[in-house]
Amino acid sequence: MTELRYLAPETLDEAVGAFAKAGSAARILAGGTDLLVQMRSGILKPGVIVDIKKIPEMTAIEETADGGFRIGAAVSGMALAEHGKFGKVWPGVLEAVNLIGSKQVQGRASAGGNLCNGSPAGDSVPAMVAAGAIVTIQGPDGRREMKVEDVPAGPGRTHLKPGEILVSFKLPPRPPASSDAYLRMIPRTEMDIAVVGCGVSLTMKDGTVTSARVGLGAVAPTVLLVEDAAKALIGSKLDDAALAKAAAACSAACRPIDDKRGTIAYRTKVAGVLLKRTATIAAQRATQKN
Amino acid sequence: MNVVTNNKWIGQRTIRPDGMDKVTGRAQFAADTTMPGMIWGKILRSPHPHARIRSIDTSKAEKLPGVKAVVTSKDIVDFPIEKGAVMLGIQDMRWMCRNVMARDKALFPGHPVAAVAATTEAIAAEACNLIEVDYEVLPWAIEIEDALKPDAPILHEFNKWEGKPSNIVGRLEHKKGDIEQGFKQADIVIERTFTTRPVHQGYIEPHACLISVAPDGKTTIWSSSQGQFMVRAMTAHLTGIPQSDIRAIPAEIGGGFGGKTIVYLEPVATLLAKKSGRPVKMVMTREEVMRATGPTSGSKSTVKIGATKDGKIVAAHGTFYLQAGAFPGSPIRGAAGCSFTPYDIPNLLSEGYDVCSNRSKVAAYRAPGAPIGAYAVECVLDEVAEALKMDPLDFRAKNAAKEGTKAAHGPVFPRIGYLETVEAAKASPHYAAPLGDGNGKLRGRGVASGFWFNAGGESSAQVNITEDGNVVVTTGHPDIGGSRAGIANICAELLGIDYRRVSVIIGDTQTVGFSNLTGGSRVLFASSMVVTQSTEKIIQTLRERAAKIWNIDPEAVKWENGAAHPVSPNAGQFEPLTLEELADKAPAMGGPIGAGVQLNTQGADGGFGTHVCDVEVDVDLGIARVIRYTAVQDVGRAIHPGYVEGQLQGGVAQGIGWALNEEYIYTKEGKVDNPGFLDYRMPVCSDLPMIDCIMVEIPNPKHPQGVKGVGEVPLVPVMAAVANAIYNALGKRFYALPMSPPKVLEKLDEPIRQAAE
Ligand SMILES: Cc1cc2nc3c(=O)[nH]c(=O)nc-3n(C[C@H](O)[C@H](O)[C@H](O)COP(=O)(O)OP(=O)(O)OC[C@H]3O[C@@H](n4cnc5c(N)ncnc54)[C@H](O)[C@@H]3O)c2cc1C
Repeated sequence: MTELRYLAPETLDEAVGAFAKAGSAARILAGGTDLLVQMRSGILKPGVIVDIKKIPEMTAIEETADGGFRIGAAVSGMALAEHGKFGKVWPGVLEAVNLIGSKQVQGRASAGGNLCNGSPAGDSVPAMVAAGAIVTIQGPDGRREMKVEDVPAGPGRTHLKPGEILVSFKLPPRPPASSDAYLRMIPRTEMDIAVVGCGVSLTMKDGTVTSARVGLGAVAPTVLLVEDAAKALIGSKLDDAALAKAAAACSAACRPIDDKRGTIAYRTKVAGVLLKRTATIAAQRATQKN
Repeated sequence: MNVVTNNKWIGQRTIRPDGMDKVTGRAQFAADTTMPGMIWGKILRSPHPHARIRSIDTSKAEKLPGVKAVVTSKDIVDFPIEKGAVMLGIQDMRWMCRNVMARDKALFPGHPVAAVAATTEAIAAEACNLIEVDYEVLPWAIEIEDALKPDAPILHEFNKWEGKPSNIVGRLEHKKGDIEQGFKQADIVIERTFTTRPVHQGYIEPHACLISVAPDGKTTIWSSSQGQFMVRAMTAHLTGIPQSDIRAIPAEIGGGFGGKTIVYLEPVATLLAKKSGRPVKMVMTREEVMRATGPTSGSKSTVKIGATKDGKIVAAHGTFYLQAGAFPGSPIRGAAGCSFTPYDIPNLLSEGYDVCSNRSKVAAYRAPGAPIGAYAVECVLDEVAEALKMDPLDFRAKNAAKEGTKAAHGPVFPRIGYLETVEAAKASPHYAAPLGDGNGKLRGRGVASGFWFNAGGESSAQVNITEDGNVVVTTGHPDIGGSRAGIANICAELLGIDYRRVSVIIGDTQTVGFSNLTGGSRVLFASSMVVTQSTEKIIQTLRERAAKIWNIDPEAVKWENGAAHPVSPNAGQFEPLTLEELADKAPAMGGPIGAGVQLNTQGADGGFGTHVCDVEVDVDLGIARVIRYTAVQDVGRAIHPGYVEGQLQGGVAQGIGWALNEEYIYTKEGKVDNPGFLDYRMPVCSDLPMIDCIMVEIPNPKHPQGVKGVGEVPLVPVMAAVANAIYNALGKRFYALPMSPPKVLEKLDEPIRQAAE
């Protein structure tokens, strides 16, 4: 029977060293709400587990000098919710992170784990994509940055190189009259996996959208940044025609599969429906603040 | 028989005796048990839906260090098919022996083919992988339509239907009048075909057991089931160990809903324990539960109903095809026997067909078969009522079965409470309330009724007075619905003492007399009969003892408020003798006080319910949600209203899952594709409204407290009530379950058609 080694380093350098050394048999442990489930079901049998929660940077939430946020990769959903300001600035990202699982799962699950798990249905990812988050990664060759949408490589895979660890998410400063929202379609009301997830981030001026980003989940092998949908929204007052055009762009971007969770036809249609609803909520939030 | 009135404890919402243990995590479920020297058993399961087993080579597995025993079908007692049925309850041991371990053929993915016991679970699992099974893979059929095709692969070649090998393994019919004549009288006839998917009982606790076989053959089983006597009997049959040597100890049960009325692990673990000489523990994974334990049938039903213009049903014909899975035994009796029973229909033919297919063998699920049949019948009734422009409850009331109505399955009804449930539904605040504005979502309301037979059968109880004057009641039924609390209420009532002085426990097979399964909504009905009679015997003894002490005639002593009193001052002037005092004096007055009664109980009346359901449909996403629900039921007498309501609410919750999302989904290879709670979508709390209950109490005259079974009826009407509500919201009818979002959206995108074409 294979041995399992558990390491809980207190510095990032140690973690990267241990992770790189152990090679493909090693796994990073953040909240473990994916990893442990996969291990118990026999999908994964890692030889080494590197727990990153003892590394301060990994669990820190920090307001940066420019007015943005830096969120440690292992910050739990509950910790993010308890932050005084984050949810006011990024309500869409927060609601996406907080949709993951139940109260118990929230005490553990992280946005970093959600992204690195590589599921196209991960709830926080479309919201992070819409938010324009940049991730910091550290590996044997040092630090680098990447757009969040460039991290997923396909179901269960990322573009992180061997030995690399996701360190944090950087969210940009917010211009006035900006907000975001995330909605997902699930057959139940909770404890379910997104059949489609949609994140929209907007900046408004005098009722007109001046900038927008749209992230779409569970409709393709990776979470998508839907630039055509954003284009349809920008310059509009979110009138029916603009929303319909953006919805059509979302539906067009879908490359879903027929599976036990939803049909191609269903996912394609729902992507458009969710875009309309999410954009409307984001716009309401953006204008309410003024 | 005393009918107790002016009750102090009956009808009270007392705290359940097992409550504290359950909420604090102290309760011992089967998987919580351990023993010194214990090892772990694992099952190797067929990956194929249908395959002949040419040979099994276990030699490599046996050589793996840590492996202590390997078992295959050779070790299980065979019940040869040609020798005919050997029934244990509703189970034929010929199928049971082949279900716990495949013999010549594997009949579904997940069918056990061998088992290993080893020092760790991991070694046992590794050893399973080392077993070499030579399969001849065969074509397979899972869906009813596929299994009925003329060229369908046949699961049991010996079975003939109309002279040819077939997967139809049984038929049953109930008949009354002449349907041909009946339909001629009808002004309106509606015929529809419905399908439902297999759904699982979804108990939280997976099957588990720990079994020790001593060198002298004495066997102890700790397991979670709906009947320790069933566990003992099936294990005895399948291992050859006499029942007197098997002590089956019932663990607390984490849900069963019918699915734990048969065994999967116990005979296998017993043989592993016997071979290895070590206690063997087995715990299924959720995946094993979903793949290899009984869901209920998928179905295909055609129902035709004819009525006259004035709203009288004159004829009905139902044909119900139910998937049995790998072995004969789908619940056609419930589908064909219950579905039309709420109604007085002069001309009726109700037929059930039992169809084998390459899927796990069905197990009972709450009112087995009845919800499937009622779904079809109650949806057609809704269409008929609509076509007649009648309120659906008025239509049901007009056709309601009553005292004196002859049911097609045989009985002439005594006083029943069906009509009262319809009237109570009609008079409910729910039915009178406006649907309200859905804020862009469409709302609708539907109703449906249902019936379940209910059961009596064998029960045993022993009631003992402790030396300090308190009471211990031992019964033989695992408590899955609050029966301990109900029995304590009754016993306290009869003895006139505080409820907390009565302790109710579930005995094991060697300490209490034979008691049939916890199933058929029978437990409180049957066990309160034997507990009542036992307690009455004790009261008689107590009166005799007091009489002896007072030196008066026992007839001059009455039992009241927990003490013996002279019936009147004429009988003598004595201070009452309490239960404590009489217990204290027991050694000198004839010895310990206790009584046991064993009966094959009779007189379980059927149960009826009528439900009202409101839904709200998000038409852009196709999501239907139940926003208000009222379950009305004739409960006989609510001994413990909290647990009666719990039964009603639980049944409704399961029905809503069945209606909206639950289904077995299969891969192209014929394997279950959603063997876990993520993709097998049972409702979570936030999916459901508070489910309102209206308990109509028409006491059962054949029961000392008026009890009727209540646990199964509440699942029967639900899917039809939800379907009828969705129709009311959308103006489109669904003829297939589940009405899950993709299916609802697909239907909404269809061009509009007339509702009743
Ligand atoms: C009951 C339940 C409900 C759930 N519901 C949802 C839901 O609604 N929506 C949803 O999206 N998900 C859901 N999940 C999945 C899971 O909770 C989320 O994906 C969660 O965000 C994972 O975070 P974690 O911190 O627990 O990750 P972990 O399990 O610790 O890690 C996940 C994966 O990412 C890798 N990893 C983690 N952190 C890093 C890092 N910093 N650098 C490199 N690799 C890393 C791990 O090695 C592992 O492969 C649910 C899970 C459960 C058990």
